[in-house]
Amino acid sequence: MHAEKEILFRDSASKALLDPQLRANFRRAMDGLITKRRNQFPDPRDLQDLRDLSTAIRSRSLLSLPELLEQFEANCTKNGIQVHWAETCEQANELILGIMQAKGAKTLVKGKSMVSEEMHLNAFLESKGIEALESDLGEYIIQLDGETPSHIIMPAIHKNKDQIARQFSQKIKDAKYTEDVDELTAMARKVLREKFLHADAGLSGVNFAVAETGTLCLVENEGNGRMSTHVPPLHIAVMGLEKVVARLEDVAPLYAILTRSATGQAVSTYFNLISGPRGTDEKDGPREVHLVILDNGRSRMYADPQLRATLRCIRCGACMNHCPVYTRIGGHAYEAIYPGPIGKILTPQMEGVGVRHDLIHGSSLCGACSEVCPVEIPIPEILVRLRREATHEDVGSNVLGRGTGRTAAEDWAWRIWAGVLKRPALYRVASWFATRFGKALPAGAPLIKNWTRTRTKPVPARRSLSERMRAEGGSHD
Amino acid sequence: MSDKPTKVYFYGTCLVDLFFPDAGMAGIQLLRQAGVEVVFPEGQTCCGQPAFNCGYWEEARDVARTQVALFPKDLPVILPSGSCAGMMKVHYPELFHGQPDEAQVRAFSARVYELTQFLVDVLDVKLKDLGEPVKVTWHSSCHAVRDLGLKGEPQALIGQLSNVELAPLSRTHECCGFGGTFSVRQPEISGVMSCDKAADAEATGASVLLSTDGGCLLNVNGTLEAKQSPLRVQHIAEFLWERTHAR
Repeated sequence: MHAEKEILFRDSASKALLDPQLRANFRRAMDGLITKRRNQFPDPRDLQDLRDLSTAIRSRSLLSLPELLEQFEANCTKNGIQVHWAETCEQANELILGIMQAKGAKTLVKGKSMVSEEMHLNAFLESKGIEALESDLGEYIIQLDGETPSHIIMPAIHKNKDQIARQFSQKIKDAKYTEDVDELTAMARKVLREKFLHADAGLSGVNFAVAETGTLCLVENEGNGRMSTHVPPLHIAVMGLEKVVARLEDVAPLYAILTRSATGQAVSTYFNLISGPRGTDEKDGPREVHLVILDNGRSRMYADPQLRATLRCIRCGACMNHCPVYTRIGGHAYEAIYPGPIGKILTPQMEGVGVRHDLIHGSSLCGACSEVCPVEIPIPEILVRLRREATHEDVGSNVLGRGTGRTAAEDWAWRIWAGVLKRPALYRVASWFATRFGKALPAGAPLIKNWTRTRTKPVPARRSLSERMRAEGGSHD
Repeated sequence: MSDKPTKVYFYGTCLVDLFFPDAGMAGIQLLRQAGVEVVFPEGQTCCGQPAFNCGYWEEARDVARTQVALFPKDLPVILPSGSCAGMMKVHYPELFHGQPDEAQVRAFSARVYELTQFLVDVLDVKLKDLGEPVKVTWHSSCHAVRDLGLKGEPQALIGQLSNVELAPLSRTHECCGFGGTFSVRQPEISGVMSCDKAADAEATGASVLLSTDGGCLLNVNGTLEAKQSPLRVQHIAEFLWERTHAR
């Protein structure tokens, strides 16, 4: 049944729970972000209006995604941006390598890009002798330690100041130990400035891609995005194919809700509109701009009317900030590029629902995520759908790995469950036994054992409600 | 609704049936106290939510069909559970989408109410508190609020009781960690969430934690008992009935 070995979320989540420092770091950080977001939306009606608008824009974009992508490519080309298409991460990596080799580029400075994480671009380039340096402060911090982001907006949120201070003093040349945040930032800035000036190429992600104008929009707070895309002679942008919107005016509401949802900012410090390489009469900017558009399973999601909503995501991170599971275990426990609730629906669709079956079940379906999602992605509904896909190969979908999470034991369990519950006479017998002998079930019985790790055993009442109503006799129609 | 219904169906739900029958009885009594005749059809089992949430939709449908068939008349169907009411009202139409009996199921779903919702929004009851002063706290279950869309009806009912002080939880909208099969599939993370909820409830200084959901109650109660906490849990129906009926 199982195609590949299942990655057990339960194991990594349990391990993360044993780290009280990590839990405290995340709880504090997430509480702060929740408060900041709340302060940005004092009027729930205004928030709902903006959500409605944002959801409509993203839905409309996806509805005509193929046409928009064609229009976008045509307009980018007109603007002098060279567009490349990659179906897989491997192809995207090779494309970027090819672009760099054609220019003889040996060093790359990177603005923040989750798609490049998805591609494992840094490791790939390093294996080809190219240095890729992260210039977003959070990304830079975790790169020093060889780690991956634990959050899609704040990649180093799992670390506290002391940890970073220690790390800088050990890993940055000529650095002295300090816990002063400004000094630490200045240290990183000094290293990065040097790199910006001399890098052969710069890489960035894309927040919004505008079809009607062929523009790449980039949202950032540190200015490193502008440096990475502006200073080196070669700029390479990477984006998932879902990022496109029809018009420039679509961007304003999405931008407004993105920054407010993500960091509780009304606007970010920088908003870049990139519309091509340096013009003949211009004194700065890259000589060449390339754009790599990645599929990596996205067109499969696009083809399914329900799962398509996954692609509405604008990567704000609000779902993880509000998730009771993410808050307690942090991003690394997901063992995936995209953590938290959005990761719970994205990762299984990209990697296979069988391999990620346990992750799909790593949710209480509480709905805190969809309640705050700026584009109203129904994450719990999609999780339930993916649970169904994981255990049934005949749903008539194109979901990767469908049916490979199926086990005979679970099949039988549900069959027996339904067999009893659709037959009132059987249920009556079962509940009679439960109420008479339920107490006698050992706390160590399978499943009950899991329950009683932190709880006392649930004990059924001595007489069920049905039994008592039968005894009352008078209330049946 | 201008004319208040005089007759309703009551759906007990499996957890209330087996673990909280007193709450079920109390719910029926509250409805009767409000002048409504209560019909309790024989043959009730479970709404099918566990199988639905785990992706076993055929099994969920089999069970759901047998339940819908028990409520043929055009009467409101009242549940002492936000989660099961959410399943029947919001998710049944999803579960039966494209099935031959979809229209019939949708008509049924339209008649479904959670108990406090019905008491406040339809019957507009006014409760008179006959109990001693007490401090309580309220756990709003995720499914009651986010699936079904409760808008504070239970708190409104508690607010009608003159001798009851409602001390809110500090994280009132955070999941208690039950999540149905989640509690046994992911026991570690579920356990931590449950312990946090129990600690939050204890910190309010209340003597009882109220909820309209059996799953949450079972979960938080088991957690409190394991900690040997003096704090009790109680289904809101039972609490309201205890406070308002003359003995």
